[in-house]
Amino acid sequence: MLKIEFETPPLGELLVTPPVQPDAMAHSRPFVAKPEHQQGLGFPGELVDNWQDVALAKMDELLGKYRSLPVFLDSCVKCGACTDKCHYYLGTGDPKNMPVARQDLLRKVYRRYFTLAGKWFPRLVGAVELSEDVINDWYSYYHQCSECRRCSVYCPFGIDTAEITMAGREILASIGVGQKYSNEIIGKVHIIGNNLGLPEPALANTLEGLEEEVEEDINVPVKFPLDQHGAEVLLVTPSADFFAEPHVDGLIGYAKVFHQAGISWTLSSYASEAANFGIFIGNYENMQKVAQRIRQAAIDLGVKRIVVGECGHAWRVAYSFWNTLIGPFDFLDPAYPVPQHICEFTYDLLQGGALKLDPKANDDKVVTFHDSCNVSRGSRLGNVPGGQFTIPRELIRSACSHFVDMAPETIHEHTFCCGGGGGLLTDDLIELRVKGALPRAQALQQVIEQHGVTHMAAICAICKSQFSKVLPYYGMEMDMIISVHQLIGDALVFDSEH
Amino acid sequence: MLGSVFAILFYLAAIILVTGVAARVTRYARTPAPLVIPTTPAPLTRTGVAARMAREVVFFESLFKGSKWTWLFGWLFHFGMLVALARHLRYFTEPVWWWVAMIQWIGIYAGMAMFAGLTGLWARRLLVDRVRYISAPSDHLMLLLLLAIAGSGLVMKYVQHTDIVSLKAFTVGLVTLDWQPLPADGALLVHLSLVITLILIFPFSKLLHAPGVFFSPTRNMRDTPRENRHVAPWARDLPGAGPDRS
Repeated sequence: MLKIEFETPPLGELLVTPPVQPDAMAHSRPFVAKPEHQQGLGFPGELVDNWQDVALAKMDELLGKYRSLPVFLDSCVKCGACTDKCHYYLGTGDPKNMPVARQDLLRKVYRRYFTLAGKWFPRLVGAVELSEDVINDWYSYYHQCSECRRCSVYCPFGIDTAEITMAGREILASIGVGQKYSNEIIGKVHIIGNNLGLPEPALANTLEGLEEEVEEDINVPVKFPLDQHGAEVLLVTPSADFFAEPHVDGLIGYAKVFHQAGISWTLSSYASEAANFGIFIGNYENMQKVAQRIRQAAIDLGVKRIVVGECGHAWRVAYSFWNTLIGPFDFLDPAYPVPQHICEFTYDLLQGGALKLDPKANDDKVVTFHDSCNVSRGSRLGNVPGGQFTIPRELIRSACSHFVDMAPETIHEHTFCCGGGGGLLTDDLIELRVKGALPRAQALQQVIEQHGVTHMAAICAICKSQFSKVLPYYGMEMDMIISVHQLIGDALVFDSEH
Repeated sequence: MLGSVFAILFYLAAIILVTGVAARVTRYARTPAPLVIPTTPAPLTRTGVAARMAREVVFFESLFKGSKWTWLFGWLFHFGMLVALARHLRYFTEPVWWWVAMIQWIGIYAGMAMFAGLTGLWARRLLVDRVRYISAPSDHLMLLLLLAIAGSGLVMKYVQHTDIVSLKAFTVGLVTLDWQPLPADGALLVHLSLVITLILIFPFSKLLHAPGVFFSPTRNMRDTPRENRHVAPWARDLPGAGPDRS
């Protein structure tokens, strides 16, 4: 068991910017991927001999493939607007966790090799050679960014540090220094179909168990169908929903909604994962390959619609990238958006009067909502911009009488990452995860004190795992964090007509 | 002699500015954005994107959300500079356009606003520990250069007047390719040399943020990924792309 010594920051006042503390987190590095984790993804197994040449060639390639890179690397004026926006800076004070400084780790190499100013006057413009120290900094600090895009909201040029982090990670992986957590997981999806490495029999077994449990609990025969050909809907959900708490209560909530709405649905054992860690490592090909399984499953099962369960980055990939990566979806029913989020699905049913919720079921709770970063700043729900903020709240209010929002500077587009997104949800980064959760914990503490909040709902598997792990460090209960569809499921009124 | 030297320098600087910026802009335009990545909530229509970009360029909308002081100083500097530059059109037009004549008085205040804004920005760069940390020598020098340009301009207005009639003959001559002598005033020569320096470094420095913002995919893309595919040319032939369905 890995033991990391560190102090949990005191909660203190909401969003107090700490002073600069150089190298405060220089020691934080996730485990490096082993050769077998690397090679399955098409990366060299270990650090290549000519790593400088390979890294620079990769950088050159990426500069030509992604417009964001040359534009973002050229345009930053070091105005400082982003410097107090990153939850990892607010939680650690390490200046390299300021978005601009994180970008500069790559930018100073870009300037040295790809710009006239950096070739001729490196000291003047802060350009440096690509050295081992630089690579070490990249590995450390590109794994202290959760790609949450909060900085991009405040940048006058829209510079999104997530794009830089993805490029940094892709260069690292291409010279043989990938991150174990993400790459091992992507490998499992390529081979087995989900992040957990859960094979079909185990999944079937789990779902059977859930059916029994739910029927025992509410005396309604709610099904959890697997590989059911000809079902109307393919549900793709993060595999944490099959096992982890509180995720599984969300899955039960989706199943109850399908049951009550009378819409046939199925999970797929071939594509039993909504998560797509390809986005975290910034690798287009791996992201595409992971997504491709879902297209294949939808074709094989002959479904008419694809619905995605509660998962932040998965929704960004599904909503923003699927059509480009694995579209077009001309084999699905054009009457519905592809893909559709489970919250959109439930919301439409509610609007159409197909579901009845009784908020009394959740009268023991005072609920707040944590906007997940990828849903808030990287995608949308519904037909109008900002639907990603209103729809989950509407759902919660329908299922629950007591709802309050956290401080306005910490919700909607200003929301803070849970601290575990972007491929950082691993025990070897626990110090970073705890410290990065500070801003959200502060905002939560405030509504606990002012409004007696008992639960925080979320629509992201990573947020749920992260909060149930780190909230206790701040003296809060781990089971405060719940799924939105747990609230829905508990409030759902079943009638016997179906 | 002096007139010819400065004339040649101005032409050279102009050529480097135009070709340098054109080269970068071409690069930006030719590099695909292979994925739909607007920072959401984002507009759904092209008109909406144009409005978002306009708010960004005219009001510095995102910066306003990010830092009120930087926004204030930055906006004072940029729009002070814009009006001051417009005021300078009187040196290049004969007869002077009516609206240029109209803004002459305000141009002076604009120059002061520019100076004040730059001072504020530099103060932040020096005094705020986070901004100091991210500043390279070039970031300080850039502010110094702009302050010196604004300052030398104001000096000519209030301290050391220059021979405006001869200067205008020189500047109009630049435009009409009819080179005239340049008055050898200290403040003027400093002012012009600094301006030439600024023009020269524009395409090689962070001043590229001016064209860059228009190419920023987080600001110029529509939020319509479910409706429209967005496949980059390099992604069409990837093995994972499957059979041709674009």
